[in-house]
Amino acid sequence: MIQFQYERASTAQAAVNALTNNSNAKIIAGGTNLVDLMKRNVMAPNKLIDINALPLREIRQQDGKISIGAMALNSQVADDKLIMEKHPLLSQALNAGASAQIRNMASVGGNIMQRTRCHYFYDTALPCNKREPGSGCGALEGMNRMHAVFGTSEQCIAVHPSDMCIALVALDATVLVAGPKGERRIPFEEFHRLPGNQPEKDNTLQNNEMILSVEIPDNAFSKNSHYMKIRDRASYAFALVSVAAALNIDGKVIKEARLAMGGVAHKPWRLKEAEKALVGKPATEETFRQAAEIAMQGAKAYKHNAFKLKLGPNVIVEALKNAAGLV
Amino acid sequence: MPLAWYSPQPERQEIMNEAFFDKKEYKPLDRVDGRLKVTGAAKYSAEYPLPNMAFAVLVGSRIAKGTIKSIDSKAAERAPGVLAVISHLNAIKVPGYQPKGEHPSEPSTNGQPLRVFFDNKIVSNDQPIVAVVATSLEKAQFGASLVKIQYTKEQHKTDLEANAGDAKLAASAKKNPKSPTADYERGQKDAFESAPVKFEAEYVLPTEVHNPMELQSIIAHWEADNKLTVYDKVQGTKMTQKNFAKEWNIPEENVKCIATFVGGAFGNGLHNWPHETAAIIAAKQVKRPVKLVLTREQMFTMVGYRPRTWQKIQVGATKEGKLVAINHQSIGQTSSYEEFTESTLMQTRMMYASPSVSTRYRILPLNLATPIWMRGPGEATGAFALESAMDEVAHAIGMDPIDFRLANYTESDPDKNMPWSTKYMRECYEEGKKRIGWENRKLKPGEVRDGEWLVGYGMGTGTFGANRNSATVHAELDKEGNLVMHCAITDIGPGTGTAMVQIASNTTGIPTDKITFHLGNSEFPNAGLQGGSSTVNSVGPAVLAACNALKEQLITMAAAKGNSAFTSAKPDDLMFDKSELQLAGKSAKTTLADLFKQNNIEKIETTNESKPDENRNKYSMNAFSMHFAMVHVHPFTGQVRVKKIVCCADAGTIVSPKTAESQMIGGATGGIGMALTEDAVMDHRFGRYVTKDLGDYHVPVHADVPDIDVYFVNKPDLLADPVGSKGLGEIAIIGVAPAIANAVFNATGKRVRELPITPDKLI
Ligand SMILES: Cc1cc2nc3c(=O)[nH]c(=O)nc-3n(C[C@H](O)[C@H](O)[C@H](O)COP(=O)(O)OP(=O)(O)OC[C@H]3O[C@@H](n4cnc5c(N)ncnc54)[C@H](O)[C@@H]3O)c2cc1C
Repeated sequence: MIQFQYERASTAQAAVNALTNNSNAKIIAGGTNLVDLMKRNVMAPNKLIDINALPLREIRQQDGKISIGAMALNSQVADDKLIMEKHPLLSQALNAGASAQIRNMASVGGNIMQRTRCHYFYDTALPCNKREPGSGCGALEGMNRMHAVFGTSEQCIAVHPSDMCIALVALDATVLVAGPKGERRIPFEEFHRLPGNQPEKDNTLQNNEMILSVEIPDNAFSKNSHYMKIRDRASYAFALVSVAAALNIDGKVIKEARLAMGGVAHKPWRLKEAEKALVGKPATEETFRQAAEIAMQGAKAYKHNAFKLKLGPNVIVEALKNAAGLV
Repeated sequence: MPLAWYSPQPERQEIMNEAFFDKKEYKPLDRVDGRLKVTGAAKYSAEYPLPNMAFAVLVGSRIAKGTIKSIDSKAAERAPGVLAVISHLNAIKVPGYQPKGEHPSEPSTNGQPLRVFFDNKIVSNDQPIVAVVATSLEKAQFGASLVKIQYTKEQHKTDLEANAGDAKLAASAKKNPKSPTADYERGQKDAFESAPVKFEAEYVLPTEVHNPMELQSIIAHWEADNKLTVYDKVQGTKMTQKNFAKEWNIPEENVKCIATFVGGAFGNGLHNWPHETAAIIAAKQVKRPVKLVLTREQMFTMVGYRPRTWQKIQVGATKEGKLVAINHQSIGQTSSYEEFTESTLMQTRMMYASPSVSTRYRILPLNLATPIWMRGPGEATGAFALESAMDEVAHAIGMDPIDFRLANYTESDPDKNMPWSTKYMRECYEEGKKRIGWENRKLKPGEVRDGEWLVGYGMGTGTFGANRNSATVHAELDKEGNLVMHCAITDIGPGTGTAMVQIASNTTGIPTDKITFHLGNSEFPNAGLQGGSSTVNSVGPAVLAACNALKEQLITMAAAKGNSAFTSAKPDDLMFDKSELQLAGKSAKTTLADLFKQNNIEKIETTNESKPDENRNKYSMNAFSMHFAMVHVHPFTGQVRVKKIVCCADAGTIVSPKTAESQMIGGATGGIGMALTEDAVMDHRFGRYVTKDLGDYHVPVHADVPDIDVYFVNKPDLLADPVGSKGLGEIAIIGVAPAIANAVFNATGKRVRELPITPDKLI
């Protein structure tokens, strides 16, 4: 770990200014990801801007949407009455992540910004284009069991590790950010990016911007949604594959559908074509199977993760069955 | 057909009948040190705040094989608080390092341990090559991040399967054809070929890492130029004392090793490792006490691991379920400098009544650090193959796997050709079947469901030698009736103190809260390592001997003062009842206070050694276990949920029922990890592990661990040792992994022969 300065921001504006003045500064929220990376010399900011004192912990209902402050804790959001009632999918996804202790520290903003768990990214003795552009992708021909099957590039096949974000992308969330020029809103689907030739960039947030809140529009999915996460142990492990499924069922027919996958891409992977295939169909296993097939189109496996091509559709079907109350 | 090696031994039964049951029953007792542990008062090796302490951080190599070309330590040396940057370039000469490249300590493994900071050779990735010593941990860490090292790389070999052709016989086998590592042959050589039912399969166990909660740590303190104290996380204080005395060429009595509390070890403290020597060198060099705590990552590369092991097994049987032949071979990893071996194939030689058995044990030196025994060491590895294969053969001939095992039950040890001292596995089969609900199991896999989930039942057996070493205990009894004992043995968590207090209380009648057992210090009387399930069997008898010696002294004192009832009394006749001394069957009694007053003394004391006896040459002594698992497997997502585990153990007398049960629960939990989750994955292109923290290397968490139901036969084995115990720590895990793998097969019809059984292997 290198030496760094520490500053407590008193306003969002002050935090943004501090980021603008020092391109090597980083915000610290719960610290559960950033501090780990600093200890391993993967990230080396020379200044930490602590935003824990900012009034960004609130979860509130606004016109047609719920707004969640960037500093709301993962455990706080998961257990929030309003969230459990209106967006149980988000609550489930949060509770599927990390451990109770980590969720008690982790913030919503930090969760969105958390970095990949790719082994090569974490070990400075190994090549990684995300950590050190141009050093090569260790995972491409390495131990890539945990890695992506969608949207990969020769430069990077890492996956985005968050569970919460899979629910948020399914729920059409928006990220409200503050920058030197004021506030702007980024649709969740456009927040994270694919690696392409710039795997060092996880997302579209600028260096001198910060997340203020996440907004979820009201919807009709609360009765029929499910987050299913398959992992190597029953709890406290990152997803091999996860699926957020949300349905609006009218009688027996699906009126609206939302579907997203985790553990398969460099970003939370929304499955719009599969969603289309569900709409207007009866909520049956047969329908779900067809949608799952469409969902997996274009997937490409590497040496150790071919199982995701089979596990992926199975989990989609299971998540949808659970969402529809068929299990 | 009577089996040739079976000869009933009538004497054995007589000894067993000599009523053990006259003794007081051992009751569950809370850990005597439990309060210290949960309140944080227990001090672990990194928790001694010595004045003027410095902190060392190790820098590991980034290649698996080659040489160090250069070390640029200038920036590190200039960093604030840095006291020294130590490497082979400037390390003080360790007097014991031999010029021929030998390390003086006698490792528990064969070969020569790594000599840290000796030369520029790199023999494994993350080998410690530089220590940065500073006035605080953070400063040392920062200093370490500034050290720049250049290497000359050589082609390394780390892949077991890819290099299997280079596997070789261990030196111990070449030296001694009777060694457990030597080739073994019984019966007819090609019996397998002509067996009516032939089964053959390969099994792979990945590298596993002990990963106790407590990180390996040491504080090295040179109290004088030739006087060393180490607060060290080890499983043997005497081993450590001897090794460092040799390494530093100083008298043994000048080395003190303190390991009062050890926060789990599972075997990784059975060896003195390079980081310990590094801290001692650093302490000498900066002339201050030096604390060195490994990082979790370094726990994967610097303090041993369970070696990845490939096995092939052939089982021949009759259609009626009688074994004809078992051929079992294995290849396990070792380092290029030490020959680590373990008893992978021993269970195959003696568990079942197969007239023909052959074993071939091989090791493969690779550019890896040396492995070390990990709980249930080789036996657990071997049992995965053997007990899976038994299940596979039972399935092939359409037999219940328990019936198949019972049809091949051994009434005496077919390997050593000796009777068992005791063996109560039939009781385990009966009880385990009942408790797991074996009657719900269907012979045909995939037949039982619970909602969407497939349900399966499986079992596996295990065994481990009832080892016993010599041990010495000092005991002191004061006039208030406080009994205080001392012994150098360590306690890595099983509850050694508790067990010893219970044995002493049981022998004397002194209440447990008046008994103290001090351990974990090389200045205390001699004991071996805490490993190989040998502590209760070795130290327990010494406690017994010391207690009896104290009782004898009391009898003599009482008799000398004219208390005639005591003249012909034996220790067994004497019991404490509070502070009164009672003679069995006699009304004669006296109080301790009176006796001490009459004799004008404050206390009595004794030092007693207890050693294995000649029964060891006449009987085969083993503890046995049997694990039953009920699992749910999701057919589409491949998730396995262990729903219930029943552990049955024939471990002789259970002297501490509560901590013994905890041992079994811990072992079963480790077995779940072995079966389902643990895997130290290496990228062989670099020879580096990629899963090397507790986030990526998955030990079971609470959600993975179901109800674990423990049954002890609890019959003494007085041939093994006077306490009657046979050891427990190892058998707690041996056989668990195959029980789960067999249950998964019963649920799904899918046989996974390479652990761990992760969801991808079942879809
Ligand atoms: C062992 C382990 C297991 C885990 N398992 C899971 C899991 O299964 N599923 C899962 O989803 N997650 C998991 N996590 C990750 C966990 O969810 C994240 O560490 C956590 O959400 C990060 O939040 P934080 O507040 O601690 O972020 P920090 O560590 O404080 O920050 C993380 C990053 O976000 C940036 N940041 C923080 N807040 C803002 C903001 N408001 N605006 C802009 N940038 C910001 C920081 O600069 C930093 O780069 C696990 C973590 C660990 C350590």
